[in-house]
Amino acid sequence: MDKLWDSHVVTVPPGGGSLLAIDRVFLHERTGAAALNSLAEAGRKIVDPSRVFAVTDHIVDTRPGRTDQTLIPGGQAFITETRAAAEAAGITLFDVNDPDQGIVHVISPELGIVLPGCTLIAPDSHTCTQGAFGALAWGIGSSEAEHAMATGTLRLNKPKAMRVILNGKLSAGVTPKDMIMTLIARHGAAGGKGHAIEFSGEAATALDMEGRMTLCNMATEFSAMSGFIAPDEKTFTYLKGRRYAPKGNRWDDALSDWESLASDDGATFNQEIELNASNIAPMVSWGTSSEHSISIDDTVPGTAQIRPLEYMALNPGQSLQGTAIDAAFIGSCTNSRLSDLRRASALFKGRKIADGVKAVCVPGSSRVKREAEAEGLDQIFLNAGFEWRESGCSMCFFAGGESFDAGSRAISTTNRNFESRQGPNVKTHIASPETVVASAIAGKISDPRELM
Amino acid sequence: MPEPFTSLKSLPMPLIRDNIDTDQIIPSREMKSTGKTGLTDGLFAGWRYTEIGGREPNPDFVMNDPDFANSQIILGGSNFGCGSSREHAVWALAEYGFRVVIAPSFAPIFAGNCMRNGILPAVLDNGAIAEIENSQETVTIDLPGQQIRLHSGQTWSFPMDGESKMMLLEGLDAIDLSLKHADEIAIWQSADRAKRPWIYLGTRK
Repeated sequence: MDKLWDSHVVTVPPGGGSLLAIDRVFLHERTGAAALNSLAEAGRKIVDPSRVFAVTDHIVDTRPGRTDQTLIPGGQAFITETRAAAEAAGITLFDVNDPDQGIVHVISPELGIVLPGCTLIAPDSHTCTQGAFGALAWGIGSSEAEHAMATGTLRLNKPKAMRVILNGKLSAGVTPKDMIMTLIARHGAAGGKGHAIEFSGEAATALDMEGRMTLCNMATEFSAMSGFIAPDEKTFTYLKGRRYAPKGNRWDDALSDWESLASDDGATFNQEIELNASNIAPMVSWGTSSEHSISIDDTVPGTAQIRPLEYMALNPGQSLQGTAIDAAFIGSCTNSRLSDLRRASALFKGRKIADGVKAVCVPGSSRVKREAEAEGLDQIFLNAGFEWRESGCSMCFFAGGESFDAGSRAISTTNRNFESRQGPNVKTHIASPETVVASAIAGKISDPRELM
Repeated sequence: MPEPFTSLKSLPMPLIRDNIDTDQIIPSREMKSTGKTGLTDGLFAGWRYTEIGGREPNPDFVMNDPDFANSQIILGGSNFGCGSSREHAVWALAEYGFRVVIAPSFAPIFAGNCMRNGILPAVLDNGAIAEIENSQETVTIDLPGQQIRLHSGQTWSFPMDGESKMMLLEGLDAIDLSLKHADEIAIWQSADRAKRPWIYLGTRK
């Protein structure tokens, strides 16, 4: 992190903080128009439009045959205004039916827009996902996005450095989602506050790039500025040949630069946390904060606060396993990539979801959707009783006006279990794709290891 | 451009719950405007009205208590503003008339959004916040002195970095401030383009 930070400091202005160069900005249709129009109204130009991208993912409809129309009233204006503003500003937009459309943190790596050693920001808190590539990537507000576009920089204080060492080896049926949920459950939703977190250790480096993205995705749920993993051969292999990744001699030059990014042996951190991945079990959230999570074998803590318990209609000491569910969701920037869909679909083995469960699968990008369909995964989900959708953020947050039925109980691969996040008074339990599939089949919260 | 912030006196509205997320401050379904205004009705909509999507005030929610109708200060719990980066949460707070949130800790993106919109995120510990709530007194926020003072005289200091303080006090525009360094930025970029050409995707002008 020191290396990455220091190499991007443009100047240290009087009054504090540093002006840090920003290499990539990624907008989406929920706030893109506001930021671009506000810049234009102030008569400000984007310093380098070739390094600013936008995508329609947040409220775009995910039902088959979609157009600019959204279920959310007035949603279409967000799409059409972002389109017009993007065109006027000369930035690259991955539009509703573009083959490269998808959730921002899924398509940015697919296109090689995020690169090791780069700084990347987006007005979306889960931008930390992209730290999996050894980039400093973090979420900002709309005003900060304007600042970055107008100046090529952001002014900020250097975060503290935290190292999370993930030792051991994940057991079968246990995933990177369960690792990051365990970290937050043990150290609290504010446990990473003020820090950029380097994930290291054998259980982190053993993950493929998609697993690393899941791990880094929820750094924001830990209140960290970002999470990242030092780039290695897996990172380079993933990126080579991607559209915006360097080519030819430039690739070789970039590679030698990226290889020098790993933390030195003597690197110091403000805080270190160790976790043994071998002891982690599938995790499920019970409450309304990311810290309200337990292992699937465990019971709701006796010390739980009343408000989240009342909202979730649970009692202290109650086991989550066996709790009946009404809905299941697979998708979001946390768990919607091809490997997630492969692992999840492999658990069906011809079984169908329980009667009365509404189950939806939303691939993370149009590319993931095509690749999954080429492997026949769509048919597995459809035959089991899941809906199979176009790509987008979808029901992670009631996007596009879609939601589960009021008051229903959902198990979801998303990252947030906030009140009414997935619909009016919907009770969300977050978990891995495996746990979601096992629960959808049983009609109640279930341990995926029993299906293996 | 945000209004300059100097000092302010108001009865604080207590909303002391931990992990109040930006989905609660303004739910996604209430973000009906593609701009930065027209958001006040959506502020705390999930708690403020009797029904999701409705507009019938929930008499049990503190915002609907007439005593706090003109409050410009929120007393919050820890990790205030966690979750989604949506700046609409702060735009809605500002448009409604809140200028200060006092909490034991803030989520970082939310705190940054506050500073950019003339809202002061002041950190005090749980004990101080409980005392302020129990006093039921108006408090004075003195930003230059970085102090929060009860009417009866009890005073606490809050931390604030120099840059944020200056921006709030003078209502400065962050982009204008940074553009004063435009020459340095251009020189840096030109050197960086030679060092890391793969970062630069456009053709050189």
